[in-house]
Amino acid sequence: MSYVGDVAALARKDLLLELRGRETVPAMVVFAVGALVVFRFALPGEQSEAAKGLLWVAILFTALLALTRAFAAERDQGLLDALVLAPCDRSAIWLAKAVATIAFLVLVEVFALAAFWLFFGGLGVAALAAVALADVGLCAAGVLLAAMAVGGRARELLLPVLFLPVALPVLVGGVGATVTDDPARYLGFLALYDAVFAILAWAGFEYVVTE
Amino acid sequence: MALGLLWAPEDADQGPSQRIFYLHVPVALTAYALFGWGAWKALRLLWTGREPYDLESYTAVHVGVIFGLLTLVTGSIWARASWGTWWEWSDRQLVLFLILFLFYSAYFMLRYSLDPGPARARISAVYALMGVVLVPVSFLAVRLAENFVHPGPIVTRTDPQLPGEMLLAFVVCLAGAAALAATLYLNELAGKRLDARLRELREALG
Repeated sequence: MSYVGDVAALARKDLLLELRGRETVPAMVVFAVGALVVFRFALPGEQSEAAKGLLWVAILFTALLALTRAFAAERDQGLLDALVLAPCDRSAIWLAKAVATIAFLVLVEVFALAAFWLFFGGLGVAALAAVALADVGLCAAGVLLAAMAVGGRARELLLPVLFLPVALPVLVGGVGATVTDDPARYLGFLALYDAVFAILAWAGFEYVVTE
Repeated sequence: MALGLLWAPEDADQGPSQRIFYLHVPVALTAYALFGWGAWKALRLLWTGREPYDLESYTAVHVGVIFGLLTLVTGSIWARASWGTWWEWSDRQLVLFLILFLFYSAYFMLRYSLDPGPARARISAVYALMGVVLVPVSFLAVRLAENFVHPGPIVTRTDPQLPGEMLLAFVVCLAGAAALAATLYLNELAGKRLDARLRELREALG
């Protein structure tokens, strides 16, 4: 099979699994909306500017939720070894997993952003573009980190610790694009982040899963 | 190093507090160098697959984290002396080191949660390489964040043009910090190699 075919087949497997099991996405939606409700009460007075910053915190933690579950099925069924033995390029596993995680995250964000619009007011086009770019970066770097953490003890605890320092630049880019008058710089920064970490994860994933 | 610290001429507007500069900046630069060295060894490990590079990379990061912590402490003291607060968010270098410190603290957690072996070596190596990529990206992020976190005037650093005597003292301190780092690195490496050898012998006996 071709590289694209491998990626499509692997990503299709993850999406089908979620479609049949419905384990992750509904929980993520409830979590994201719940987080926004919590933020409403954590902010004294009317502070829609601060809420825009907290929206990014919600996105970060929702992505973390998805990434914690990203390799759950593989781990429970011992599937990761089988995937590594499969006759395909190992970076295809990373790409497929990232694509599937991005799909989940986008789906959740449709609900989360609608809830944000309802609770705090609308967002500009730049903010939506920043969310899309941030999803790519978070998933590109996050899937690599999730694959690192999955073999360890205390993996549910390990991933947030690994993820937060790496995800911090995404938060900066996202908040910048949402609240400042000059979002182009921040969008450019997010795109740069995406490119850098996609290349790194694409090249590095092979070494992380090889047994 | 202490000689350079005492002998250097005092800064015109910062007075004696400026002396910590001779400790802070060389230690920070040395920490970068150690992280870079650790990543270089990690790259060599992935390239050649030879086991000893793992220990070398790990030791470099280990010493680098110690120097990073020292940077945070000296930077905090400097901030206290010159701005009156123990923590100053407008100091880019300090914020960057905080992020890096968090990142490399996670390196140890990752290492200790994995079982020893070639898989751990490779995962640690990829993570160490991620670190050198994260340094410039985080630096940019910290700079960009100033626009909305800190709308006020940005505190500029001391003039980079150092007069002769100060420059000499600075270079001496930098050499001192580098020598200290190299000594610690070689010491740690020898100790860790001895540990590994001991474990092998024990397994062979038992």
